[in-house]
Amino acid sequence: MNVGDELPGLTVQVTRDQLVRYAGASLDFNPIHWNERFATEVGLPNVIAHGMLTMALGGRVVTDWLGDPGRMVEYGVRFTRPVVVPDDDAGATVEFTAKVAEVRDDGTARVDITAKFDGKTVLGKAQAVVRV
Amino acid sequence: MPLDPSFIGRTYPPETTYEVGRAKIAEFARAIGDDNPLYRDVDAAKAAGHDDVIAPPTFLTVINIRAINEVVEDPELGLDYDRMVHGDQRFVHHRPVRAGDRLQITTHIDDIFVRAGNDFLSVRAEIATDDGELVCTTHAQLVVRGERS
Repeated sequence: MNVGDELPGLTVQVTRDQLVRYAGASLDFNPIHWNERFATEVGLPNVIAHGMLTMALGGRVVTDWLGDPGRMVEYGVRFTRPVVVPDDDAGATVEFTAKVAEVRDDGTARVDITAKFDGKTVLGKAQAVVRV
Repeated sequence: MPLDPSFIGRTYPPETTYEVGRAKIAEFARAIGDDNPLYRDVDAAKAAGHDDVIAPPTFLTVINIRAINEVVEDPELGLDYDRMVHGDQRFVHHRPVRAGDRLQITTHIDDIFVRAGNDFLSVRAEIATDDGELVCTTHAQLVVRGERS
Protein backbone atom coordinates (compact mmCIF):
# COMPACT_ATOMS: atom_id res chain seq x y z
CA MET A 1 0.00 0.00 0.00
CA ASN A 2 1.44 3.35 -1.04
CA VAL A 3 0.34 6.96 -0.77
CA GLY A 4 -1.52 7.88 -3.95
CA ASP A 5 -2.79 4.35 -4.67
CA GLU A 6 -6.28 4.58 -6.13
CA LEU A 7 -9.00 2.16 -5.04
CA PRO A 8 -11.48 0.74 -7.56
CA GLY A 9 -14.32 3.24 -7.84
CA LEU A 10 -18.03 2.63 -7.40
CA THR A 11 -21.04 4.15 -9.15
CA VAL A 12 -24.43 3.71 -7.50
CA GLN A 13 -27.89 4.55 -8.83
CA VAL A 14 -29.71 5.60 -5.66
CA THR A 15 -33.44 5.04 -6.21
CA ARG A 16 -36.56 5.66 -4.12
CA ASP A 17 -36.76 1.90 -3.63
CA GLN A 18 -33.34 1.94 -1.99
CA LEU A 19 -34.29 4.88 0.26
CA VAL A 20 -37.32 2.99 1.57
CA ARG A 21 -35.23 -0.13 2.09
CA TYR A 22 -32.52 1.85 3.88
CA ALA A 23 -35.09 3.67 6.04
CA GLY A 24 -36.35 0.32 7.30
CA ALA A 25 -32.92 -1.21 7.78
CA SER A 26 -31.43 1.83 9.55
CA LEU A 27 -34.61 2.74 11.47
CA ASP A 28 -34.34 6.33 10.18
CA PHE A 29 -37.89 7.19 9.15
CA ASN A 30 -37.44 10.95 8.66
CA PRO A 31 -40.05 11.76 5.95
CA ILE A 32 -37.63 13.97 3.97
CA HIS A 33 -36.23 10.65 2.70
CA TRP A 34 -39.46 9.18 1.33
CA ASN A 35 -42.27 11.75 1.29
CA GLU A 36 -42.05 14.25 -1.59
CA ARG A 37 -44.88 16.38 -0.24
CA PHE A 38 -43.14 16.75 3.13
CA ALA A 39 -39.70 17.33 1.55
CA THR A 40 -40.88 20.16 -0.68
CA GLU A 41 -42.87 21.71 2.19
CA VAL A 42 -39.65 22.08 4.20
CA GLY A 43 -37.90 23.72 1.26
CA LEU A 44 -36.04 20.81 -0.34
CA PRO A 45 -36.16 20.38 -4.13
CA ASN A 46 -37.42 16.81 -3.69
CA VAL A 47 -36.89 13.70 -1.55
CA ILE A 48 -33.21 13.45 -0.56
CA ALA A 49 -31.08 10.40 0.28
CA HIS A 50 -30.13 9.73 3.90
CA GLY A 51 -26.67 11.23 4.44
CA MET A 52 -25.90 8.05 6.35
CA LEU A 53 -26.76 6.00 3.24
CA THR A 54 -24.33 8.02 1.12
CA MET A 55 -21.76 7.54 3.89
CA ALA A 56 -22.38 3.77 3.91
CA LEU A 57 -21.98 3.57 0.12
CA GLY A 58 -18.69 5.46 0.35
CA GLY A 59 -17.57 2.98 2.98
CA ARG A 60 -18.18 0.14 0.52
CA VAL A 61 -15.41 1.46 -1.74
CA VAL A 62 -12.98 0.89 1.13
CA THR A 63 -14.39 -2.37 2.53
CA ASP A 64 -14.68 -3.94 -0.96
CA TRP A 65 -10.98 -3.20 -1.37
CA LEU A 66 -10.06 -4.47 2.11
CA GLY A 67 -12.10 -7.67 1.84
CA ASP A 68 -12.42 -7.81 5.63
CA PRO A 69 -14.50 -4.78 6.71
CA GLY A 70 -13.23 -5.37 10.27
CA ARG A 71 -9.99 -3.71 9.16
CA MET A 72 -11.76 -0.35 8.82
CA VAL A 73 -11.18 1.07 12.29
CA GLU A 74 -12.39 4.61 11.79
CA TYR A 75 -14.69 6.34 9.32
CA GLY A 76 -15.98 9.88 9.28
CA VAL A 77 -17.65 12.28 6.85
CA ARG A 78 -19.19 15.73 6.66
CA PHE A 79 -22.56 16.03 4.95
CA THR A 80 -22.08 18.98 2.64
CA ARG A 81 -24.79 18.69 -0.06
CA PRO A 82 -27.96 16.65 -0.39
CA VAL A 83 -28.39 13.88 -2.97
CA VAL A 84 -31.77 14.63 -4.56
CA VAL A 85 -33.57 11.45 -5.64
CA PRO A 86 -36.24 11.78 -8.36
CA ASP A 87 -39.25 9.46 -8.56
CA ASP A 88 -38.03 7.42 -11.55
CA ASP A 89 -36.22 4.17 -12.24
CA ALA A 90 -32.80 5.77 -12.78
CA GLY A 91 -32.73 7.63 -9.45
CA ALA A 92 -29.66 9.70 -8.57
CA THR A 93 -26.22 8.67 -9.82
CA VAL A 94 -23.53 8.98 -7.16
CA GLU A 95 -19.90 8.31 -8.06
CA PHE A 96 -17.37 7.30 -5.44
CA THR A 97 -13.59 7.31 -5.74
CA ALA A 98 -10.93 6.85 -3.09
CA LYS A 99 -7.17 6.89 -2.67
CA VAL A 100 -4.57 6.18 -0.03
CA ALA A 101 -3.64 9.53 1.52
CA GLU A 102 -1.26 8.53 4.29
CA VAL A 103 0.55 5.38 5.44
CA ARG A 104 1.38 5.57 9.14
CA ASP A 105 4.07 3.94 11.27
CA ASP A 106 1.47 2.34 13.57
CA GLY A 107 0.27 -0.10 10.90
CA THR A 108 -2.67 1.98 9.74
CA ALA A 109 -3.37 4.04 6.66
CA ARG A 110 -5.76 6.86 5.87
CA VAL A 111 -7.96 6.58 2.80
CA ASP A 112 -9.71 9.68 1.45
CA ILE A 113 -13.05 9.18 -0.29
CA THR A 114 -14.77 11.46 -2.80
CA ALA A 115 -18.51 11.25 -3.49
CA LYS A 116 -19.94 13.16 -6.44
CA PHE A 117 -23.54 13.78 -7.45
CA ASP A 118 -24.47 16.06 -10.33
CA GLY A 119 -20.80 17.02 -10.74
CA LYS A 120 -20.45 18.26 -7.15
CA THR A 121 -19.05 16.64 -4.01
CA VAL A 122 -21.70 15.64 -1.47
CA LEU A 123 -19.39 14.46 1.33
CA GLY A 124 -16.62 16.58 2.83
CA LYS A 125 -13.52 15.29 4.61
CA ALA A 126 -14.62 11.69 4.04
CA GLN A 127 -11.79 9.70 5.59
CA ALA A 128 -11.32 6.13 6.68
CA VAL A 129 -8.53 4.72 8.80
CA VAL A 130 -7.71 1.10 7.96
CA ARG A 131 -5.38 -1.52 9.38
CA VAL A 132 -2.83 -2.32 6.69
CA MET B 1 -32.23 31.77 21.27
CA PRO B 2 -28.76 30.18 21.41
CA LEU B 3 -28.33 26.81 23.07
CA ASP B 4 -27.32 26.95 26.71
CA PRO B 5 -23.58 26.07 27.02
CA SER B 6 -24.16 24.77 30.54
CA PHE B 7 -25.38 21.57 28.84
CA ILE B 8 -21.76 20.78 27.87
CA GLY B 9 -20.80 17.64 29.78
CA ARG B 10 -24.35 16.35 30.14
CA THR B 11 -24.61 12.56 29.90
CA TYR B 12 -27.58 10.44 28.84
CA PRO B 13 -27.31 6.91 30.25
CA PRO B 14 -28.38 3.79 28.32
CA GLU B 15 -32.13 3.22 28.23
CA THR B 16 -32.04 -0.32 26.94
CA THR B 17 -29.82 -3.11 25.61
CA TYR B 18 -29.70 -3.69 21.85
CA GLU B 19 -28.90 -7.23 20.77
CA VAL B 20 -27.25 -7.38 17.34
CA GLY B 21 -28.89 -10.06 15.21
CA ARG B 22 -27.55 -11.85 12.12
CA ALA B 23 -30.75 -11.09 10.21
CA LYS B 24 -30.55 -7.36 11.03
CA ILE B 25 -26.94 -7.22 9.82
CA ALA B 26 -27.93 -9.00 6.57
CA GLU B 27 -30.88 -6.63 6.12
CA PHE B 28 -28.65 -3.58 6.62
CA ALA B 29 -25.99 -4.95 4.24
CA ARG B 30 -28.64 -5.53 1.59
CA ALA B 31 -30.01 -2.00 2.05
CA ILE B 32 -26.57 -0.55 1.24
CA GLY B 33 -26.15 -2.99 -1.66
CA ASP B 34 -23.19 -4.72 -0.04
CA ASP B 35 -22.72 -8.44 -0.74
CA ASN B 36 -19.60 -8.93 1.40
CA PRO B 37 -19.78 -12.54 2.74
CA LEU B 38 -18.47 -11.50 6.17
CA TYR B 39 -21.86 -9.84 6.78
CA ARG B 40 -23.89 -13.02 6.16
CA ASP B 41 -21.76 -16.17 6.14
CA VAL B 42 -20.68 -17.30 9.61
CA ASP B 43 -18.04 -19.66 8.21
CA ALA B 44 -16.51 -16.90 6.06
CA ALA B 45 -16.48 -14.57 9.08
CA LYS B 46 -14.82 -17.23 11.24
CA ALA B 47 -12.25 -17.94 8.53
CA ALA B 48 -11.37 -14.23 8.67
CA GLY B 49 -10.85 -14.49 12.43
CA HIS B 50 -14.19 -13.18 13.71
CA ASP B 51 -16.42 -14.93 16.27
CA ASP B 52 -19.57 -14.45 14.17
CA VAL B 53 -20.76 -12.38 11.20
CA ILE B 54 -19.66 -8.77 11.56
CA ALA B 55 -21.60 -5.59 10.79
CA PRO B 56 -20.84 -2.88 8.20
CA PRO B 57 -18.85 0.11 9.55
CA THR B 58 -21.91 2.38 9.76
CA PHE B 59 -24.33 -0.27 11.10
CA LEU B 60 -24.48 1.26 14.57
CA THR B 61 -26.50 4.12 13.11
CA VAL B 62 -29.45 1.87 14.02
CA ILE B 63 -28.92 2.80 17.68
CA ASN B 64 -26.89 6.00 17.23
CA ILE B 65 -29.67 8.00 15.55
CA ARG B 66 -32.06 7.18 18.38
CA ALA B 67 -29.47 8.27 20.94
CA ILE B 68 -28.88 11.55 19.09
CA ASN B 69 -32.63 12.11 18.96
CA GLU B 70 -32.84 11.64 22.70
CA VAL B 71 -30.50 14.64 23.10
CA VAL B 72 -32.26 16.62 20.39
CA GLU B 73 -35.64 16.04 22.01
CA ASP B 74 -34.48 16.87 25.55
CA PRO B 75 -37.07 19.53 26.43
CA GLU B 76 -34.64 21.27 28.78
CA LEU B 77 -32.15 21.81 25.94
CA GLY B 78 -34.90 23.37 23.80
CA LEU B 79 -33.35 22.61 20.41
CA ASP B 80 -35.43 23.58 17.35
CA TYR B 81 -35.56 20.26 15.50
CA ASP B 82 -37.02 21.81 12.33
CA ARG B 83 -33.87 23.93 11.91
CA MET B 84 -31.43 21.11 12.68
CA VAL B 85 -29.22 19.26 10.20
CA HIS B 86 -26.72 16.44 10.69
CA GLY B 87 -23.39 18.15 9.97
CA ASP B 88 -20.96 15.29 10.31
CA GLN B 89 -20.62 11.76 11.64
CA ARG B 90 -17.65 9.62 12.63
CA PHE B 91 -17.32 6.07 13.92
CA VAL B 92 -14.24 4.88 15.82
CA HIS B 93 -14.32 1.10 16.06
CA HIS B 94 -12.47 -0.45 18.98
CA ARG B 95 -13.38 -3.82 17.47
CA PRO B 96 -15.88 -4.87 14.78
CA VAL B 97 -19.54 -5.14 15.83
CA ARG B 98 -20.71 -8.75 15.51
CA ALA B 99 -23.91 -10.75 15.79
CA GLY B 100 -24.72 -11.60 19.38
CA ASP B 101 -23.31 -8.36 20.80
CA ARG B 102 -25.53 -6.95 23.55
CA LEU B 103 -24.91 -3.22 23.29
CA GLN B 104 -25.64 -0.23 25.45
CA ILE B 105 -25.20 3.37 24.34
CA THR B 106 -24.24 6.27 26.57
CA THR B 107 -24.49 9.71 25.00
CA HIS B 108 -22.52 12.81 25.97
CA ILE B 109 -22.81 16.46 24.95
CA ASP B 110 -19.15 17.34 24.33
CA ASP B 111 -19.52 20.88 23.07
CA ILE B 112 -21.96 23.64 22.26
CA PHE B 113 -20.84 26.73 20.39
CA VAL B 114 -22.08 29.41 18.01
CA ARG B 115 -20.44 30.15 14.69
CA ALA B 116 -21.70 32.55 12.03
CA GLY B 117 -25.07 32.73 13.74
CA ASN B 118 -25.61 28.95 13.79
CA ASP B 119 -25.63 26.73 16.88
CA PHE B 120 -23.30 23.72 16.85
CA LEU B 121 -23.77 20.74 19.14
CA SER B 122 -21.14 17.98 19.38
CA VAL B 123 -22.54 14.67 20.56
CA ARG B 124 -20.42 11.63 21.42
CA ALA B 125 -21.79 8.17 22.06
CA GLU B 126 -19.89 5.38 23.76
CA ILE B 127 -21.23 1.98 22.71
CA ALA B 128 -20.22 -0.92 24.93
CA THR B 129 -21.34 -4.48 25.60
CA ASP B 130 -23.48 -5.07 28.67
CA ASP B 131 -20.40 -6.48 30.41
CA GLY B 132 -18.47 -3.28 29.79
CA GLU B 133 -16.31 -3.91 26.70
CA LEU B 134 -16.10 -0.70 24.65
CA VAL B 135 -16.95 -1.51 21.02
CA CYS B 136 -17.38 1.83 19.25
CA THR B 137 -17.26 5.57 19.88
CA THR B 138 -19.35 7.77 17.61
CA HIS B 139 -19.07 11.52 17.12
CA ALA B 140 -21.80 13.62 15.52
CA GLN B 141 -22.05 17.33 14.93
CA LEU B 142 -25.53 18.77 14.74
CA VAL B 143 -26.10 22.23 13.33
CA VAL B 144 -29.10 24.38 14.18
CA ARG B 145 -29.46 27.12 11.62
CA GLY B 146 -29.82 30.62 13.02
CA GLU B 147 -33.17 32.40 12.86
CA ARG B 148 -32.17 34.64 9.96
CA SER B 149 -30.30 32.14 7.78
